[in-house]
Amino acid sequence: MILDALSVLLLLLGLFFFVSGLLGLWRFPDTFARLHALTKADNLGLGLVMTGLLFQVPDVLWAIKFILVWLLALVASAVNAHLIAVFLHRQQEGHDESA
Amino acid sequence: MNLLDGLWGVLDLLLVAVLLLLAMAAVLSSDRRRSMMLFIVFGLVLALVWARLHAPDIALAEAAIGAGLGGALLMATLRRDTHQQTDQFPQHPVVLWGVGVLVMVLGTAIAWGLFSVLPTVEQTWRKGAAVDAQLAFSGVSHPVTAVLLNFRAWDTLLELAVLLAAIFGIRALGYVRSAYVTEVAFSQLAVWLVPLLILMAGYVLWAGAHSPGGAFQAGALLAGAGILLRLAGYSHAGLPTTRWLVRLGLVAGTGVFLLVGLGLLGWGQGFLHYPIAYAKWWILLIEMLATVSIGMTLTLAFMGGIPQKEAA
Repeated sequence: MILDALSVLLLLLGLFFFVSGLLGLWRFPDTFARLHALTKADNLGLGLVMTGLLFQVPDVLWAIKFILVWLLALVASAVNAHLIAVFLHRQQEGHDESA
Repeated sequence: MNLLDGLWGVLDLLLVAVLLLLAMAAVLSSDRRRSMMLFIVFGLVLALVWARLHAPDIALAEAAIGAGLGGALLMATLRRDTHQQTDQFPQHPVVLWGVGVLVMVLGTAIAWGLFSVLPTVEQTWRKGAAVDAQLAFSGVSHPVTAVLLNFRAWDTLLELAVLLAAIFGIRALGYVRSAYVTEVAFSQLAVWLVPLLILMAGYVLWAGAHSPGGAFQAGALLAGAGILLRLAGYSHAGLPTTRWLVRLGLVAGTGVFLLVGLGLLGWGQGFLHYPIAYAKWWILLIEMLATVSIGMTLTLAFMGGIPQKEAA
């Protein structure tokens, strides 16, 4: 019962971060700020959701898989955001030089 | 109907609405980059829909092949495309409308065809019962794999043959032209993600015997590793550098599938009728080689030709 309550609490908290990330993606003025909002909120949101689900797993193997999913998402989103940011940075610099 | 069922109903309706909207937006967008992105998102939502329909196998395949690899292929194509980004439809409006009407008529005909089949299917609505009854003789304990590799092995053989035909066409295009500018972040990612992907491919392949997974999903993971290596600057994307090994790998899945089928025919068992005692091992052998072939095929498809220094 306590575990269930903890799960619900963590899931709701995770949901809050997802919604904030969404709002940031929607409302922030430039791509860098949007990337920031998306990755920060997403990673934390997913982490909280996964932690919430950890209290519901039947055995350790499930837990390992959940943590693996979170870690993979972390790495993927970090690398993605980095690539997009670098591409954008270069593009802007090139633009400034030509202007 | 309790509250939770109602909630799921609303969620399902939302999913279907989003799916339809994404499909329309992807087709109607005149910006290729945008329609490609929309197509990838469409694939992911479609995977969710399959998951909701209790078809995790198809959901996995859709997410990995439809959205992931399909997206990567589209992106690679877009990258080579030096023309302008926006499509100006050169066709006459009459042609466009004609095609639109034709597609709608075809769609209606297919929907009508499916609808007219429905009542007859209803008696045996879930073929699952028949599959479950035969499952013990299939050599595997997961019904989807049993259908794919045993009861309907023909279909899977032909799917592999289609992939093989596609890669013949791609290799006919000649050598891979452009190399990618490598980001350090990618090579770092590749260092520990590629081994993990290979491990996961092995797991998904093995798990296919008793739970969702199988050759196509595992092959897609291998191809993901290949594409990652390619993006990280490895000109061969982890494929063998000797030509005959590449060819052997590409043909292995279809070839061994066919050989096993013909061998069993010669043995007096009938084409692809595995003897029950050894069914599991035949299926495992075919699936393993199919995984290698699918992985290599999809990686080469992403590269778009024969690697530059493929030794004779």
